[in-house]
Amino acid sequence: MIVQQIVFIVLLLATAFFFSKRIAFIRKNILSGRAEKLNDQPARRWKYMALYALGQKKMFKRIVPAVFHFMIYAGFIIINLEIAEIMLDGILGTHRLFVSLLGPGIYGTFISLFEVLALLVIVACLVFLARRWVLHIRRFFGREMTRWPKLDATLILIIETVLMTFFLSMNTADSLLQDMAYGHYREAGFFLISDSLKGILSFADAGTLVFIERFGWWAHIVGVFAFTIYITYSKHLHIFLAFPNAWYTRFKSSGKISNMPEVAREVKAMMDPSYQPDENAPAPERFGAKDVTDLSWKSILDAYSCTECGRCTSECPANLTGKLLSPRKIMMDTRDRSEELGYFIRKNGGEKKEDGKSLLHDYISMEELNACTTCQACVEACPVSISPLDIIIELRRYLAMEESKVPQEWALMFGNIENNGAPWQFSPSDRLNWKDEA
Amino acid sequence: MSQEALKVRTMAEVAAAGESVEVLFWVGCAGSFDQRAQKITKAFVKILNRAGVSFAVLGEEETCTGDPARRAGNEFLFQMMAFQNIQTFEAYGIKKIVTACPHCFNMLKNEYSELGGNYEVLHHTAFLQSLIDEGRLKLKEGGKFKGKRITFHDSCYLGRANGIYEAPRELIRKLDAELVEMKRCKSSGLCCGAGGAQMWKEDEPGDKRINIERSEEALGTRAAVIASACPFCMTMLSDGVKNKEKEDEVAVRDLAELIAEAEEL
Repeated sequence: MIVQQIVFIVLLLATAFFFSKRIAFIRKNILSGRAEKLNDQPARRWKYMALYALGQKKMFKRIVPAVFHFMIYAGFIIINLEIAEIMLDGILGTHRLFVSLLGPGIYGTFISLFEVLALLVIVACLVFLARRWVLHIRRFFGREMTRWPKLDATLILIIETVLMTFFLSMNTADSLLQDMAYGHYREAGFFLISDSLKGILSFADAGTLVFIERFGWWAHIVGVFAFTIYITYSKHLHIFLAFPNAWYTRFKSSGKISNMPEVAREVKAMMDPSYQPDENAPAPERFGAKDVTDLSWKSILDAYSCTECGRCTSECPANLTGKLLSPRKIMMDTRDRSEELGYFIRKNGGEKKEDGKSLLHDYISMEELNACTTCQACVEACPVSISPLDIIIELRRYLAMEESKVPQEWALMFGNIENNGAPWQFSPSDRLNWKDEA
Repeated sequence: MSQEALKVRTMAEVAAAGESVEVLFWVGCAGSFDQRAQKITKAFVKILNRAGVSFAVLGEEETCTGDPARRAGNEFLFQMMAFQNIQTFEAYGIKKIVTACPHCFNMLKNEYSELGGNYEVLHHTAFLQSLIDEGRLKLKEGGKFKGKRITFHDSCYLGRANGIYEAPRELIRKLDAELVEMKRCKSSGLCCGAGGAQMWKEDEPGDKRINIERSEEALGTRAAVIASACPFCMTMLSDGVKNKEKEDEVAVRDLAELIAEAEEL
């Protein structure tokens, strides 16, 4: 047993090491964004998080995926209680430690509940695989859904199905061994699902059953360890980040564009003769965003929270009518660029901060940005409180104010507003003409 | 329609007379210059006149709120416009503003406050509803639109941005009309295609124009009238209906126009 314990502890520590290293890297990437204060009104934030992350309120706008997603979500959270026992058994070299604490009656009831959830998770994962690969639901495809994002989504569903299968096969073999009163396999209560699966393993002798039980146990927990590290590279990170992303949400109307106080100050200095410049005000760095580090840290957190479900893109009027813009791509590009820049900075020991590339142009094109109607359908659709619109606006700001790269019609419109006070070429003196026209 | 002269005063005239008004009517650039939107402006003024609301407009002193500039990325230009407009409001001591344009509405209500401009801002649909609720505007029973199918297109900056879904619908019910919803309505409403400064440029390359997609959906309700509450949605939907050659069968009207028409103003 001691060898198994040592192997287990080494794997556990390795997982903790790689996972925390990855999280530290992601945290650093997120915090490389511009400062934005989003911790006011804590009570309201907890409530919002309870409703939108824990309660998944936005998911229920589309009821079919919401129900199946809820099955996986509930399964994931509740079955994780079982992981506590597996961890303790692994470290202490015990077998089903909680039986002696709870007694077979209560223990069996818990395991039965986990088994029902495990079965529901398998059903939901198979339904989701079918939605992707049999029904070919449109939002799972699209220009940004290249090989890796599609593989990622498929792998997650397969891994979850396999993990649950190991869990059930482990319990089934265990139940049979309990019936035989074999070795240390003590009576652990009635397991609802695996009890009815016993027939499948009726061929096996005790030795084979012990192998199946042990294999299921190890495969399940090693699978969980591997999956923990995997998700930090995957869109599946939303299972953690949906929570902080909801907590740090911007409490503003989705149609309200963030102010640029540095521009307001400059305009005031220009137009208001009585204006006294504030000596302490920070000098403007760069107007708008060219790269991820010019975005608010919240926008980068948004990007890491994105689960690529495509609800945003499926409601985007530009995308629906065949334009290049896809709000999901904006988020995926932001995350990919943040990872790329993070690796570059790490490789150079934190000394070089610029790799000659940028989010704007290298990842996101002007054509995409120019197609946005700022209708906020993407913001409204997102189940994990992401705003692709904020990124679009920041990039547009850089294009307009730093590069002067706007469509020619917009340049004309700017000129009209500046000269005539209206976006069209009409004279201010004609503003009331409607009054006297029949 | 009666051809009574519109009673409109400017804030400058009101101030010169040493008077004050209940509300400033912010006409907006579309409402001032766009021929189609001017009809909305006139319809709304007729209703204000009928209800005896004391109001004024800014006339030559009104300028663009800066909405299209800001959304196209030109924050400098936006800040300049906002600065000027806030100064004008301050000069006249403006406290309450009504506008028929959801873009101006959103700017004045949500985006001027951070720059020191705080006002009570109402969209004309909400204002009209309050006039009716307060008994200042009485609608005739069994008007012209009784029993007619009317669908309502939600403007993004009225709906999603400001959560105003009910006031315009309530007005349609007050007309005794049958309100029919499009599948994509309220918070899931599809944009007309004009927002975010798209009004001033050609669509980016694609399969279809957004206004065609939306107009097809609206026509699909078999409504006799497509109601809107935004001058830009009005342009987009009117063009879409024309593109589908349905302009003789299906009317696109602003809610103010529907009320003015029902009241034979």
